[in-house]
Amino acid sequence: MTEHSEVMHQGESHGGAHVHRDDEGSKMAMWLFLFTELLLFGGLFLLYGAYRFEYADGFKVAAADMNSFIGAVNTIILLTSSLSVALSIAAMQRSQKKLALGMLWFTILCGIAFLINKYFEWSHEIHNGIYPGGPALENMSNGEVLYFGLYYVMTGLHGLHVIIGLIFISVIMVFISRDKITSTNFQKLENAGLYWHLVDVIWIFLFPLFYLLH
Amino acid sequence: MSEQTQTGELAAQAHAAHGDEHAQGHGHNVSYGTYFLVWLGLVALTAVTVTIAGIHLGSLTLITAMLIAAVKTTLVGYHFMHLKYDNVIIKVFVLVCLVIFLTFWILTFSDLSFR
Amino acid sequence: MANGSLANEVSYLEYQGKHKGIMGWLLSVDHKRIGLMYLMGIMIFFFVAMTLGVMMRLEMLTPGETIMKPQTYNSVFTLHGVIMVFLFIIPAIPAVFGNFMLPIQIGAKDVAFPRLNLFSWYLYMVGAILAIVSLFIGDGPADTGWTFYVPYSIRSAQNVSITTMAAFVLGFSSIVTGLNFVVTIHRLRAPGMTWFRMPLFVWGLYATSWIQVLATPVIGITLALIMLERFMGVGVFDPALGGDPILYQHLFWIYSHPAVYIMILPAMGVVSEILPTFSRKDIFGYKQIAISSLGIALIGYLVWGHHMFVSGMSDTSRIVFSLLTFLVAIPTGVKIFNWVATLYKASIKFSAPLYYVLGFIFIFSIGGLTGLVLGALATDIHVTDTYFVVAHFHYVMFGGMGIMFFATMHYWFPKVFGKMYNEKLAIVACTVIIIGFNTLYFPMFIMGYMGMPRRYYDYLPQFQGWHILSTVGSWILVSGIVFMFGNLFYALLKGPKASMNPWGGTTLEWKVPSPPPLENFDEIPIVTGGPYVHDKATYIMYPSKEGINANGGVKTVNQEAAL
Ligand code: HEM
Ligand SMILES: [Cu+2]
Repeated sequence: MTEHSEVMHQGESHGGAHVHRDDEGSKMAMWLFLFTELLLFGGLFLLYGAYRFEYADGFKVAAADMNSFIGAVNTIILLTSSLSVALSIAAMQRSQKKLALGMLWFTILCGIAFLINKYFEWSHEIHNGIYPGGPALENMSNGEVLYFGLYYVMTGLHGLHVIIGLIFISVIMVFISRDKITSTNFQKLENAGLYWHLVDVIWIFLFPLFYLLH
Repeated sequence: MSEQTQTGELAAQAHAAHGDEHAQGHGHNVSYGTYFLVWLGLVALTAVTVTIAGIHLGSLTLITAMLIAAVKTTLVGYHFMHLKYDNVIIKVFVLVCLVIFLTFWILTFSDLSFR
Repeated sequence: MANGSLANEVSYLEYQGKHKGIMGWLLSVDHKRIGLMYLMGIMIFFFVAMTLGVMMRLEMLTPGETIMKPQTYNSVFTLHGVIMVFLFIIPAIPAVFGNFMLPIQIGAKDVAFPRLNLFSWYLYMVGAILAIVSLFIGDGPADTGWTFYVPYSIRSAQNVSITTMAAFVLGFSSIVTGLNFVVTIHRLRAPGMTWFRMPLFVWGLYATSWIQVLATPVIGITLALIMLERFMGVGVFDPALGGDPILYQHLFWIYSHPAVYIMILPAMGVVSEILPTFSRKDIFGYKQIAISSLGIALIGYLVWGHHMFVSGMSDTSRIVFSLLTFLVAIPTGVKIFNWVATLYKASIKFSAPLYYVLGFIFIFSIGGLTGLVLGALATDIHVTDTYFVVAHFHYVMFGGMGIMFFATMHYWFPKVFGKMYNEKLAIVACTVIIIGFNTLYFPMFIMGYMGMPRRYYDYLPQFQGWHILSTVGSWILVSGIVFMFGNLFYALLKGPKASMNPWGGTTLEWKVPSPPPLENFDEIPIVTGGPYVHDKATYIMYPSKEGINANGGVKTVNQEAAL
């Protein structure tokens, strides 16, 4: 979605090829894309809400199994990475290229730390037989099965988005180091930031829903 | 206003829409400090949710947790995502999206809660 | 002719860029070429699905097995539905003619993101190939119906996953197109092209694009969940694990009802283009029509439950959804009244496109009225899941949007290809299509009312008379369609050259040559009036030649254009 709005490549025939840049349009496109992400997760949140409503007890029992400490740590990690992306944009605006890159490096480290935490969390549960079709899950009530089904789908999809966000940011870092992104031309960086913040926002809701409400 | 000057303005606007890259509304230069403050707020709110979840408030637990998450989201959206500085149209977009999403909830629960 | 110099331009069809031959198309980011590539795909798949439809009708000629086994029939109606909905009717008008005309109509050289536009075509092709592949590998194509209802779609041994994957990818393609259009309309309107000077087709596309962006993701995740349940046994919808199949239906229709407005809004937009052109007067109630498109899009989000009256959802919700459904009639009525008022006392020129539009109004009205029967809770319960429903949705989807697609092809054919077709033959084809259509589908209303259930390969002997009539109708209809396409193909090869503005249209696409040059305009035009003004010029095509200095002046009006 970092598409640059050049109006036409084949425009050479027209003498002055009018490559025009439209930051506002690019930002608008990014927001529309975020809406689609929001509604993608929205369907899952709706399912969560519905099943929580239908199986309040099972959900509470299942949530009690979760390690809310890891969840809280991951929340802080993502919040901090959101801060560093925002700072990176502010640095770019002030032409502080090194600082901007540093902040993005930090963001990537945070993202990786988040994923490592998730990995340990998932493997712990899988080890305990809690996975679709797993032995522990077979003995659980319907509410718990649904809880863990949604848990895997939602955190899994979120994890996928973290990975996509990391790739997005890496590409942006290449652009910055090649001076394709500058203090007057940084909409791509801003878009990567928007994406990353959305990933953060989704976690802001996932955290209490899966780790705290028991 | 004569027809001629009016079209002159329109032409100028054609130009403005197609060239003129640096006038593209990146006017906001937020201080690093502001961002840190927002982050502090977010971390504090996280601490509050975790604490409140420990106390047993019954049915209020869910509501408070969601309210706090909403406040956090507003902070992120408004400051980190720069909604504060965006054109009205982007704010309207966000609002439309949220309203539509809300109707999905209301209408689905018009089924679930009366079954 | 004032714009004579334009005629020397190389048209988009002949242009040779970096890549030659077929690659010049497959790698082209020109919105017009992409539109035509969509047209290719859409026509091929329409013919595939039409063949499937005719095969179903043949099967229904006699009770019991006629030409296929029940399992085959189940797969055939599923594939017919999936192809018609996701590969034909949803992309048809926006992706073909939206792509082609939207930038021209707002005075832009292309869409906002040309490469993204090409990408969405490739997504479309990938989805299409997946749908076709599902026919030939594994255990045969899905047999769930195009609705993929759980729990059957989780258990079926057929290739359900590939078909849902196809729908998923096609949804993505549709989102990308919608996103591109919203940004294009906001950002690339020519100077002076204010919101209320946009052609109504653009308004239709705008409303449509919002639905594509804000509804499609919901079906994306829903179909993805089906795949996850099939592959990994994740419990989400499966009732054996406590899942609630009604929630699946909610999610499915949260998208799929708004999707019917993705189908119809662009079609209504074209109606609003064709009527003023052939009435030779300004459209009546421009603003109301424009706003009603947004109104329909909005209300479209509130009514999905009318597909679920017998699913077991709560009574409260059934009543709420039934009431809300009737609200849609208001903005739709606004449009119909304004269209009729446009025709009133106009100097009407009866041309082929107008014939198709009149056919549309006739058929769509029947579809709409029977929709009231289905929207009303009490009556729906008697006819739901019968041929009444099959008749209804063919009347609105095929008779409404499908016929408008044909109208659109006839209206913009001279512009797109620079050739003229034989109008008499086009009108003959239109007549045959309308007769065939009603012979095919009207008996289905009657059968459905008498209790003939849908999605069965067999039936009780008492229905046979109606079934035979309906099958004969399918032959008439198909002859009409083949004849219509034949006429257009002949025109493509041998037709006389079309002029710049054969119909006397007033919107911007009629101010550029047929076919349009590569970047549509030599100079971005300036707009000084509404879209359907017949008696005076409302565009300045060559601002520089008129001595308008593109560098001077103030920016005030830009404020509005920036929206
Ligand atoms: C060309 C002529 C067409 C014929 C002969 C035809 C015929 C049929 C028949 C016989 C059925 C199955 C009825 C049943 O047993 O339940 C059917 C279903 C359907 N048709 Fe068509 N149809 C045609 C065109 C279209 C078009 C243009 C659309 C596009 C919107 C369409 C959309 C559908 C859908 C969505 C279904 C439901 C599939 C399902 O039950 O899952 N058809 N059609
Ligand atoms: Cu509907």
